[in-house]
Amino acid sequence: MIKLFFVLAYLILSPLIGGLLDGADRILSARMQRRKGPGILQPFYDLRKLFSKEMIAVNNVQLLLNLSYLVILVIAGSMLFAGEDLLMVLFILSTADMFLIMSASSDSSPYANMGASREMLQMMAYEPMTLLIAVGFYLTTGSFHVSDIIAADHSAIIWMPGLLVGFLFTSAIKFRKSPFDLSTSHHAHQEMVKGITTEMSGITLAIMNIAEYYEMVLLYGIFFLFFVNSTWWSWIIALIACAVIFFLEVLWDNVSARVKWKTLLYSCWSVTLVAGGVNILILMLDK
Amino acid sequence: MKKVSKSPWLLHYDASSCNGCDIEVLDCLTPRYDIERFGIINTGDPFQADILLITGGVNSQTESVVQQLYSQMPDPKVVIAVGICACTGGVFKECYNIKGGIDTVIPVDVYVPGCAARPEAIIDGVLEGLKVLDEKQAEMEKQKGGKRNG
Repeated sequence: MIKLFFVLAYLILSPLIGGLLDGADRILSARMQRRKGPGILQPFYDLRKLFSKEMIAVNNVQLLLNLSYLVILVIAGSMLFAGEDLLMVLFILSTADMFLIMSASSDSSPYANMGASREMLQMMAYEPMTLLIAVGFYLTTGSFHVSDIIAADHSAIIWMPGLLVGFLFTSAIKFRKSPFDLSTSHHAHQEMVKGITTEMSGITLAIMNIAEYYEMVLLYGIFFLFFVNSTWWSWIIALIACAVIFFLEVLWDNVSARVKWKTLLYSCWSVTLVAGGVNILILMLDK
Repeated sequence: MKKVSKSPWLLHYDASSCNGCDIEVLDCLTPRYDIERFGIINTGDPFQADILLITGGVNSQTESVVQQLYSQMPDPKVVIAVGICACTGGVFKECYNIKGGIDTVIPVDVYVPGCAARPEAIIDGVLEGLKVLDEKQAEMEKQKGGKRNG
């Protein structure tokens, strides 16, 4: 019963929470740049407008592929919030991303195609770390199941600080934050920096945005897992930790410049190897 | 009521401007003027734009580009001509290569004169354009409704 409640809450609240986080992000970014910035509800105004615009598509399959991206992402998120297998959640998450890549490559725009190949490159960069996290949770709590992880006696962070640092580093790719927003940036940018979203407009773009909100909540859900344990107050600590992580991501977004793809790949793999690999090694030897 | 004017995304094109007006347009994005507080985003993509903001008069080389950009924007959309060259052709009006203002090629909704147009004037013009945008959306929906009923 409680599982159903969490899944329903995820399905209904994620676009709202994601939109509000996006709005807060835009205000925070604006304040960091000494601007006033838009209102916190701006992402919802954007969505409402996108749904009301005339439908223009170079290739009609794009809408279908974006919908698949959304649906598969929602399945992955629902599984996480239902307390299912974390490894499976991460696999499905990668599958969802493949649909986005296909959607971007479905038309002839060079920017969109470059964006698609950069998105694949980004997957190569963050995927090893994501898998190591699942392994880390297994070694720490003895199970891949989210329901077992949250019922553990101690928070996973005690055993996995390196993996948290690594995930913080690579999740900037998932959040489409500078310095790793190569395939598309969530800020107002142009041409190559907008990459995969170049040919998306109206409803197609709105669906992509909603999917990103679901993904955002899913990722914060994984961050949440690091801090939560069987006690009730750990849930509050985990929520505060997620808020701090959100602020850190915005800060990092605003103080760093976009890197080249080689730097992205090598830096992510280095962090994975050093922070993630060493952490896993210690877990394997000591746990 | 779906208000498109709450989130107008702007596409900026330089038809043959001396860059004076372009710099003033970009100036609107800086902390001093910050047009993002109106939800305005300077997008580079005609597919996602609601406002086409053009500086400079149209010449024979940019004519087809202006037409293409306009045709690629989904309805409802407005066009704003910024600077006296975009409004009428300005001092270049009689030049052999200049066709004249933007309205010689595509319909223009708001004219912002000036050489160069001041950021305050540009923001004023854009906000004026938003009213036109809302009117166009209302009309579009009325037509849609008419089709559905008819």
